[in-house]
Amino acid sequence: MIAKSYALFKKDFCSELRTRYAINSLAMFIIVAISVILFSIGNETITESLTGGLFWVVIFFTAMSGLARAFVSEEERGTSLTLQLIASPSTVFTGKLLFNVILVFCMNLIIAILYSALFERFVVQNFPLFMLTFVLGNIGLAVSSTIIAAIIAKAGAKGTLYPVLSFPILLPLILTCVQLTLFSFDGTSFEEAKFELAIVVGYDVIMLTASYMLFDFIWKD
Amino acid sequence: MSNYSIQSQKLSKLFGRRLIFKDINFLLEEKALFGISGPNGSGKSTLVKIIAGLVASSDGKIIHKNSAGEIIPEKLHNHIGFVSPYIVLYEEFSAWENLKIFAKIRGISLNEERVNNYLVRFLLDERKHDLVKTYSSGMKQRLKFIFALMHSPEVLLFDEPTSNLDEEGKTVVYDIIEEEGKIRIVIIASNEAKDLELCDEVLLLEKFKG
Repeated sequence: MIAKSYALFKKDFCSELRTRYAINSLAMFIIVAISVILFSIGNETITESLTGGLFWVVIFFTAMSGLARAFVSEEERGTSLTLQLIASPSTVFTGKLLFNVILVFCMNLIIAILYSALFERFVVQNFPLFMLTFVLGNIGLAVSSTIIAAIIAKAGAKGTLYPVLSFPILLPLILTCVQLTLFSFDGTSFEEAKFELAIVVGYDVIMLTASYMLFDFIWKD
Repeated sequence: MSNYSIQSQKLSKLFGRRLIFKDINFLLEEKALFGISGPNGSGKSTLVKIIAGLVASSDGKIIHKNSAGEIIPEKLHNHIGFVSPYIVLYEEFSAWENLKIFAKIRGISLNEERVNNYLVRFLLDERKHDLVKTYSSGMKQRLKFIFALMHSPEVLLFDEPTSNLDEEGKTVVYDIIEEEGKIRIVIIASNEAKDLELCDEVLLLEKFKG
């Protein structure tokens, strides 16, 4: 199954390079969102907690602007049926998830680099904790966004439905990741942050399991 | 002999409260040319999609079996070749790239000789490296036949097989249907008299309205 899913991921990757369906919207959103924050702050120095919060707000809305493409583009182009004829549901989900995980990591890495360059209070004291939060948060974000994209792909008002449906599902993840990011700014140890880390690990495991169990029902009419 | 069989048991489909068809029973074994006919909206495409496992029935079931036993829905796509006007191939890739991608996602190696033969037969050989978005609707329809045949499936489902095709294309399709009908199960859903003439048996959907 891994080889088939990888083939599907490669198809999506090549397709993205040719159509720029998600990359352009994600890049534009990152630039616009960070510019708006910088303009609205002006010469003010914002606190660490606000910087950490805004970091995850940008990540959330950027994900909302581009991650739905995994399934929406197939549905809009009418290729969902073709995909159903060549692959099992688990292959499709794994391939799409792999694509979204890599897209989320690249996108969030750019956001983190821009934040550290442009926001003076974005100073990480506990770098391993920040990286672990970043990795676990990105996995959770990619898994949730992929399964929600599969649900909304068959709906009419996709654009509005995606953030509305994602918000309650992603809220526990975003809130915990904001807290962990603040811990990494403060230099809090892993020992003190283990409860929040356990929440994020639990969230990732639950979402991944639930997604694989539900995808069959979502994928077929 | 493939020992492949498709059995429909009391198959019914409702869209909301609207009954599409009711209590369809048939058994197709090893090789057959089976037609499905009926007026527009009678459920021809829906029935074909149910047979392919793409749409769930409201009642009853379709059982696919081969010599190893009943085929589970997750594996069904490996045994089916499907052609229909509503199937869309990836327009940002060439015909050759599309077929290579499909083979890889199916987990099989592309039989280049077989695929090239079909490309020649369907008069797409010279354009196989052009992007699909530059193809006419007839060329896209021909490519769908190669997509359906490339992995030598035990069942071929053709929904309106000759739509968008010129006379030359129709002739190739009729030849393919006749050839394939001698070695595997071929199901044709159509209103075209000429398409249905090829079939050994034709199911008239208006008889299953309840």
